[in-house]
Amino acid sequence: MSEFLHMGGYAFYVWTSYGLAFVLMLALFVSPMIEKKRLIAGIARKLRRERREK
Amino acid sequence: MRFYHRLASPRHFYQIAGQWIPWLGAISLILLAWGLYEGLLVAPTDYQQGESYRIIFIHVPAAWMSMFIYLIMAIAGAINLVWRMKMAEVVLVSSAPIGAVFAFLALVTGSLWGKPMWGTWWVWDARLTSELFLLFLYLGIIALHGAIEDKRTAGRAVSILALVGVINLPIIHFSVEWWNTLHQGSTVSVMGGSKMDSRMLRPLLIMSFAFKFYYGMILFMRARNEVLDRERNTSWVRQIAEGKAS
Repeated sequence: MSEFLHMGGYAFYVWTSYGLAFVLMLALFVSPMIEKKRLIAGIARKLRRERREK
Repeated sequence: MRFYHRLASPRHFYQIAGQWIPWLGAISLILLAWGLYEGLLVAPTDYQQGESYRIIFIHVPAAWMSMFIYLIMAIAGAINLVWRMKMAEVVLVSSAPIGAVFAFLALVTGSLWGKPMWGTWWVWDARLTSELFLLFLYLGIIALHGAIEDKRTAGRAVSILALVGVINLPIIHFSVEWWNTLHQGSTVSVMGGSKMDSRMLRPLLIMSFAFKFYYGMILFMRARNEVLDRERNTSWVRQIAEGKAS
């Protein structure tokens, strides 16, 4: 196991590459989910305001 | 043809994309797990580069994606300019940040691979420079779209930019043949067969399919948001916002 993590002395380069890929791809997934919540909340807020003004 | 027309309507696109997202995600996740297993545990050590070459399973699929996504954007741009199709514009705009992420990932992982193998993080060689230019094209498209208030005008502007920038794709692809570069030539070729051990080639291809499906999922998620934003005054979006529909 430790030999596997060691990557023949290239651990830093290999795991930084895989780690960065993981972080960036996770961010790609999370950001549209947050954006959708924000959008829907914004549209709902506007609808409530319109109804109150009527 | 009916399916095409349905996808061209924002409302139907929103529904169909919503149904596809979990499937695209599941396929991508399975392929990722399989590709990582094969790439990190099954593929043998390289006789020249030792274990450092395993960066290839991220680097090459990411670089392919950065070009593939750009090609999709250029096609969407052409469709938008010729037929004024709203959904093509949505696909173009939603793809740009995803392509930028993959171009950035290809550059950084290349750097992390270059340091131990070439002894340098960066050289201004044709392959690296043209890929960096691709990242700037993505950032330029994102910035241009953000700078123009009117969505349709912004959509046409980025369509033109995406179409003009497509000239960079063959430059990236052939850079290793046209110029004397530090970057190695292609190891994988569709026509001429690949110069690679099948135990290394297999995870490379699996990872690249995993990234394709991942892009499909993220594209649909982003495109759905874009549709919600653009159609915010329609009754179907209002129903979604009020929790009466999904």
